[in-house]
Amino acid sequence: MTGGIRAPLVALGAIVTREALRFVRQRERFLAALVRPLVWLLVFAAGFRAALGLSITPPYQTYIQYETYIVPGLCGMIILFNSMQSSLSLVYDREMGSMRLLLTSPLPRWWLLFCRLAASTAISILQVYAFLAIAALYGIKMPAVGYLAALPALVVAGIMLGALGLALSSLIKQLENFAGVMNFVIFPMFFLSSALYPLWKMAESSKLLHDICAVNPFTHAVELIRFALYGEFNAPALGWTLLSGIVFLALALWGYDPARGFIRRKA
Amino acid sequence: MRLMTACLALSLAAPVGAEEIWVSNEKDDTISVIDVETLEVVRTLPVGERPRGITFSKDFSRLYICASDSDTVQVMDPETGEILHELPSGEDPEQFVLHPNDRHLYIANEDDAVTTVVDTESRSVIAQINVGIEPEGMAVSPDGKIAITTSETTNMAHWIDTETQKLFANTLVDSRPRHAEFVKDGTELWVSSEIGGTITIFDVETQTEKGKIDFEVQGVHPDRVQPVGFEFTGDEKTAFVALGPSNHVAVVNADTFEVEDYILVGRRVWHMAFNGDKSLLFTTNGVSGDVTVIDVADREAVKTIKVGRFPWGAALRP
Repeated sequence: MTGGIRAPLVALGAIVTREALRFVRQRERFLAALVRPLVWLLVFAAGFRAALGLSITPPYQTYIQYETYIVPGLCGMIILFNSMQSSLSLVYDREMGSMRLLLTSPLPRWWLLFCRLAASTAISILQVYAFLAIAALYGIKMPAVGYLAALPALVVAGIMLGALGLALSSLIKQLENFAGVMNFVIFPMFFLSSALYPLWKMAESSKLLHDICAVNPFTHAVELIRFALYGEFNAPALGWTLLSGIVFLALALWGYDPARGFIRRKA
Repeated sequence: MRLMTACLALSLAAPVGAEEIWVSNEKDDTISVIDVETLEVVRTLPVGERPRGITFSKDFSRLYICASDSDTVQVMDPETGEILHELPSGEDPEQFVLHPNDRHLYIANEDDAVTTVVDTESRSVIAQINVGIEPEGMAVSPDGKIAITTSETTNMAHWIDTETQKLFANTLVDSRPRHAEFVKDGTELWVSSEIGGTITIFDVETQTEKGKIDFEVQGVHPDRVQPVGFEFTGDEKTAFVALGPSNHVAVVNADTFEVEDYILVGRRVWHMAFNGDKSLLFTTNGVSGDVTVIDVADREAVKTIKVGRFPWGAALRP
């Protein structure tokens, strides 16, 4: 029995350690992951500062400046980009052959893929907390309870976006195609969400844009994080994020199934 | 009609003992009562037309309301919300101050360029003093010997001897003075100038200027930075200044006259009131129709509460 549990745990430990080592050894990657949201916070948000304050929308209790609004969206952005980075490394692993080695393990494939997911989520969360610490130094502080309450929200968002990355990685044939993922997945997902602008603002310019934003899973992941950062629970956002996560996971499992998925076609 | 109003107010009466902030809503002809504990509006009371300045009697058994467009000062029983009677206030009373004797109200009559002194017991006018055009800001020194009226168009602070009820000095301030307060045992007088964008500090003994405070809110055009109401912390070391359409409250060191911080609140912040222990400050935000609650120690806005249209004055009821 113990042996039955031990092997999957060893696999989990090995995969997380490998990803963590890869991450730690690539300091530039950690810095780059932080530079991106910081540029948005310190430069982009400065242009939209809204010195006279944004209208009050939940979970905010009072008027806020744009820098404050954008922080949860940038946490979502870190996870989104990291998940895609992780899917890129999956494609790399496949090209280099280490993926084949991993998938020949006697452990169930879903477990191996879950381990990859856990690894990429853990790294995303580390990056998010580093970003939140810098944002706090910059003067954008959340309630103390928010930093703790955000952890489960970040885990759920990380797994959902990680699963999306996995599903996409099963689609991408070559590393070169990753640029397409950037253009067709990351950017639309990021911009068509509540990360940068409140949904009511989108509705002012276009009902269609608002509706697209409202069904975008990334919007719900961001709102889940936003509410959690203020110690509040957003049940619809959690429901949508979980549902999307399950769909993306199923797609990933299907994609990585040698009998049915894209792997077979590529082979 | 009045009976109906009284019945309505009675039915909405709050439990006794809870600390409350009372806010006059200029365009709704109502007063919103905020529970300091729950930070929610617990009562809305109908009053005369265009209520602006409000103040309680010393024992908090009476609320005086400047009902500007009704040309009267109403006296309300805060327990029941019933209007007990009206005082002869002169035309268009905008702002007033209660003398430390708890009896004489000094009222600025905006349209008449006079300050009216009303005896709240005999309900009669005991003096009318000609001041500058569009008087608004009112203050009385802690010893009760000096009353101040500021006039918006004449740009002056008028110094009134409360024994003779006559002017004994007039001092120029920057454009459109709005609010005045005595501090430091009545040795200093602060006057805010809305268009001038400054607060002028006077030495009371000599009636000479001893300092001036300028404001600058990052990202906001200087024309929008318009100081109006201000309040002091218990130790009088810090002043909070409402900066009108800049939507910010400035935190000022009252000793050095330096601005230390700006806090984002609602639109067109006008007047303010502290809770009992002065740990929370409530600002009336006219255009956005709400009241922002500031944590005084953290210098941070913690909540904004929807009230009626164009909230103007605020007063604490312990």
